[in-house]
Amino acid sequence: MTTAASQTPPLGGDEPLIDPHAHFHTPASGRADWARYNASRLGAGDQMGVCAHVASILGSWGQTSPTYFPSPHDVTHANAFMRDLARDDARVHAYVAVNPNHPSHALAEIAEGVAHGAVGVKLAASRRADDALLDDIAALAAQEQLPILHHIWQDRRRDWPNQDASDGVELARLAMRHPRTRFLLAHIGGGGDWAHTMHAVRDVENIVVDLSGSGIDRGMIDAAVAALGASRVLWAADLTLCTGLTKLWALDAMTLSAEERADIRWRNAVRLFPRARFVHRGEVLTA
Amino acid sequence: MSAPSFAAVDVSAWIGPYPFREVPHPEPEVLVRVLAREGVARAWVGWLPSAWQRDPAPGNDRLIDALAPYREVLEPAVAIRPDWPHWERELDRGVAAGATSVRVYPAQWGLGAGHPGLTRLAAACAERHVALHITVRVEDLRQRHAHDVAGDVPAATLRAVARAGTGATVVISGAGRELIEEVWWGLTAQEQARVHFDFGWVWGPPEDHFSVLLHAMGSAPFVYGSQWPLRLVQQSRALVSLADATVRPSLPLPDPTRHRR
Repeated sequence: MTTAASQTPPLGGDEPLIDPHAHFHTPASGRADWARYNASRLGAGDQMGVCAHVASILGSWGQTSPTYFPSPHDVTHANAFMRDLARDDARVHAYVAVNPNHPSHALAEIAEGVAHGAVGVKLAASRRADDALLDDIAALAAQEQLPILHHIWQDRRRDWPNQDASDGVELARLAMRHPRTRFLLAHIGGGGDWAHTMHAVRDVENIVVDLSGSGIDRGMIDAAVAALGASRVLWAADLTLCTGLTKLWALDAMTLSAEERADIRWRNAVRLFPRARFVHRGEVLTA
Repeated sequence: MSAPSFAAVDVSAWIGPYPFREVPHPEPEVLVRVLAREGVARAWVGWLPSAWQRDPAPGNDRLIDALAPYREVLEPAVAIRPDWPHWERELDRGVAAGATSVRVYPAQWGLGAGHPGLTRLAAACAERHVALHITVRVEDLRQRHAHDVAGDVPAATLRAVARAGTGATVVISGAGRELIEEVWWGLTAQEQARVHFDFGWVWGPPEDHFSVLLHAMGSAPFVYGSQWPLRLVQQSRALVSLADATVRPSLPLPDPTRHRR
């Protein structure tokens, strides 16, 4: 990193920091400030000390097909744009985002992503997590050593508009069918009841959780670490880097060991993404 | 009272349990330590269950008693229902006990825009030189308990209070960018001068809503409010740290009633 922000100590501390839940936009996103948005994420990440953004683009973000039900065309365009971002910026790493309602397209997208350096698969809310349509995707992900970041509504008590959201119980069913696949349960701070999620996934060892989301409830991080252990909790930001920074500072205020803090900040991410080459201050990170 | 490095006052703290989930250590002695750690000199402190109780008087009793040992740092923010009989007596009792601000929960208490009680309460607060503090929300709509059906306080309610010409200092907690804009740009300059927002629910990068607000409104309307013990207290510091440096508020963040101190 050579930005002006990197000349001052990172707001989030000197230790490595990996964001395994990031998003970018494209010119097809339907917002005129898409480039400003992308630059803002990278700039704020530099200020905070984020050395790696593992990111996806969800189709056209609703412009030409729904965010959570993207058309094959929009998926392909977004994944290609995402791969280009990752190719051109060493801080950025790409997920392949797929829509399981188009199974052959999804598998082809994953193969294309693997061929061009993608490090994980992103599943959002096009289909419930426990639907059989996800099985081939989960199997291929295991074969290619790609973790799956799955959008989750913490304790989904009803249907929500514009998405077939899943909760921790539904993801656990998929994870138990695919014990060789690693799943990253998205944004425990992203809406719903995070306490429900802890009970749902505690015994499913191939699920880890990320702390992202706008929610900054006191007690949430403590509960996640208590239920799952620091080795199954990953710091992340998603759409709000400010709440990500808040959670980093909260980690500093918790009674965690240095090893546990490192696990949450970056080491668990290094373990989760075997295909990724994460670099911090010129050195490749190893777990 | 220590010299603050981040804020003169946390306008939006509570003590006491939350009805809908377990909250770690919502006790005043813990809040005092947190304020010291965060560089905040004082806090306006409410009794958290009062928003969901019918009669706020027993909660005010418990609040005043609990804060008594910490009064140099923690100032009671009594809850007053202006649709309750003889609410002025309860207000006077709170002021006599040292309240410097008053909490009202219009959504939980069913006080809609233009409710005459809200205007009367604002006027009474102005007469007694205490701020009127309105909580828009304490949790995101997506995560509320099934029994917590009150909804957020709408901008129309906030504008009506601000437009009433009572002279009250109005502090709004829990508002996001859109609500702040809808209130702020719906007021005259004279009305704006008496309205403040804690900004803990405004988002920073990559959307950069906080910087957008600072560019448009300046930093004067913004004050620090943590919503402790429900939320992590570091959020406002994170927002300031990540804001556009050309408009970043200077620290410590002010007390909205400093002109009276």
